[in-house]
Amino acid sequence: MQAFLDTFDIFLLEAIVNGILLGGVLALLALGLNLIFGVIDVTWICYAELVMIGMYGMYYMVQVFGLPYWVAAPFAILLVAALGAALHYIVIAPLLTAPPINQLLATGGVLFILQSFATVAFGIDFRNLGIRLPVLAIGEMHFSYSRLLAFAAALIGMLAIYFFMKRTYTGTAIRAVAQDRQIMSLMGVDTKRIYLITSALGGALAGLAACLLVLQYDVHPFVGLSFGPITFLICVLGGLGNFVGGFIAAFVFAQIISLGGLYSDLEWGYVLAFAFFIVMMFIRPAGLFARRS
Amino acid sequence: MNSRYIAWAVGLAALVALPFVYREPYHLHILVLILIWSFAYTAWSIMGRFGLVSLGHGGFMGVGAYVTALLWNHLDVSPWIGIPISMAAAGVLALVVAYPCFRFRITGHYFVLVTLALSGIVLQVITATRDYTGGSLGYTPDRARSGSGLMALQFDDKTTWYLIALFVWVVGLLIWRWVDRSMSRYAMEAISEDEDAAAAAGVNVTAEKLKITLISALMTALAGALYCQYQMFISPDTVSGIAVSLQMVFAVIVGGLYVSLGPTVGAVITIMLAEVLRIGFGTKAVGWDNLVYGVLLVIFIIFLPKGILGSVLDRLKTQPKPSGTK
Repeated sequence: MQAFLDTFDIFLLEAIVNGILLGGVLALLALGLNLIFGVIDVTWICYAELVMIGMYGMYYMVQVFGLPYWVAAPFAILLVAALGAALHYIVIAPLLTAPPINQLLATGGVLFILQSFATVAFGIDFRNLGIRLPVLAIGEMHFSYSRLLAFAAALIGMLAIYFFMKRTYTGTAIRAVAQDRQIMSLMGVDTKRIYLITSALGGALAGLAACLLVLQYDVHPFVGLSFGPITFLICVLGGLGNFVGGFIAAFVFAQIISLGGLYSDLEWGYVLAFAFFIVMMFIRPAGLFARRS
Repeated sequence: MNSRYIAWAVGLAALVALPFVYREPYHLHILVLILIWSFAYTAWSIMGRFGLVSLGHGGFMGVGAYVTALLWNHLDVSPWIGIPISMAAAGVLALVVAYPCFRFRITGHYFVLVTLALSGIVLQVITATRDYTGGSLGYTPDRARSGSGLMALQFDDKTTWYLIALFVWVVGLLIWRWVDRSMSRYAMEAISEDEDAAAAAGVNVTAEKLKITLISALMTALAGALYCQYQMFISPDTVSGIAVSLQMVFAVIVGGLYVSLGPTVGAVITIMLAEVLRIGFGTKAVGWDNLVYGVLLVIFIIFLPKGILGSVLDRLKTQPKPSGTK
């Protein structure tokens, strides 16, 4: 047992820290999806595909047009925010009164559209920014700066959203709509406008995630499939629309993937995470932190 | 009513006779694919029409295809035994996931996302066990020695496959009709309206849902196994995973969820569309077919939620009929 610990604890510690770093970005993704669900009551199945488009936006601005990363990032965030607003305006708004399943499937159609649009427009090659950030070495552990940066930026992004929701009039209106959408329109809140703003915010979060993920991963049309499903599971595990739950669930999932990947292939990390999700669904069907009604 | 049976009989006879008069291999190939996928889509619609939207059917299909092929390659088990085993495996999987779902009242978004996790798991397990399944590169069942094609359920002849697929497709439609005429249908419709009210009216909610899920999963696994035997090549992307699940949902919605031939119409439209685009654009078509798919899906859900066939039938019914035809 001691020998086992000696050989593995340094890797274990590294895996745990990397898991926390991964959790930051996952929490950011989950926050965007939760925001949309909590306020508009719609699940964007295509959320990860918005991120993919944002990653391509970054690639083109940095690699093709030669913009510096820091200049390109705000544009990418704006681009995906506009895309989020457009998605709401074109697809979700006509379906607001339709059964929830239809809304879900319509965004599934958008998933097809975005994926194949990327295939047609950008080809199926793997592309990357060509930016290599240095690796931070502490003792025998190695952490890439891109992950640290992603973690920090994700935290800042989440804090910004938190203060926006708490301190501004629009943010308060969004929270109020999330609590009761019928009453708020009677109180003189333009719910249509709130929905659009929320969608743009959700898109902006996806854009921020895109800027961070593109530093770590190559972008290709199907990159969304590698973290999209996980994001939904995180949101469901935390309770759809429950921001704090989603935040914690993101770190739980990231640890499972990271530790599972340590002892075996990364796929088994994902299998473990999926299996954990199904088991948890049966124990806490309404999410980890559901208030018992 | 009698004229309907006659129409069905004539249509069936024409379909059975078709490969004996028309032998163009490419067109037969397309027809076989349409029939197999129609069967899979019908299987999905048996559940989907009652609001049980599952994105886990890609998983059932993958289990059906891979278990059959793995048993044949590694243990020399004939598909005649392997297919029932794979169906049973998919059935067990369906029960293991569905029972707690229904018992704990996981419905709507949550049910969709739990089943999504299921197809995610199946896809990842197939990819992770690449030493046995070939991973994402795909998997080919071993060719049978000549003369034992029947035992291995491998036929080079397209006509044989066409007849097998036709038979299975008809069985699928009969099951659909049987469910449509059974008490389960009324029970399930009551459940999809209001579970509490249905339970209060004496419907065993969990049992009824499980029954429908099991039927649907078994059929989907059979479709996966047949697809594997026919194509002699499977890969995680073509028979399992979220993309396949969404493809099923899409085809059924386009064709029509609430009519027996809806999934078939959906399969005809989607497969023809993919083929036409593939031939029309040549190798440039990568992605175009899915782009058109996606746009159509969104348009259909917004404007024609009952699907093509459903809307056409509705239109016919509401038109005043000239006297004497009924």
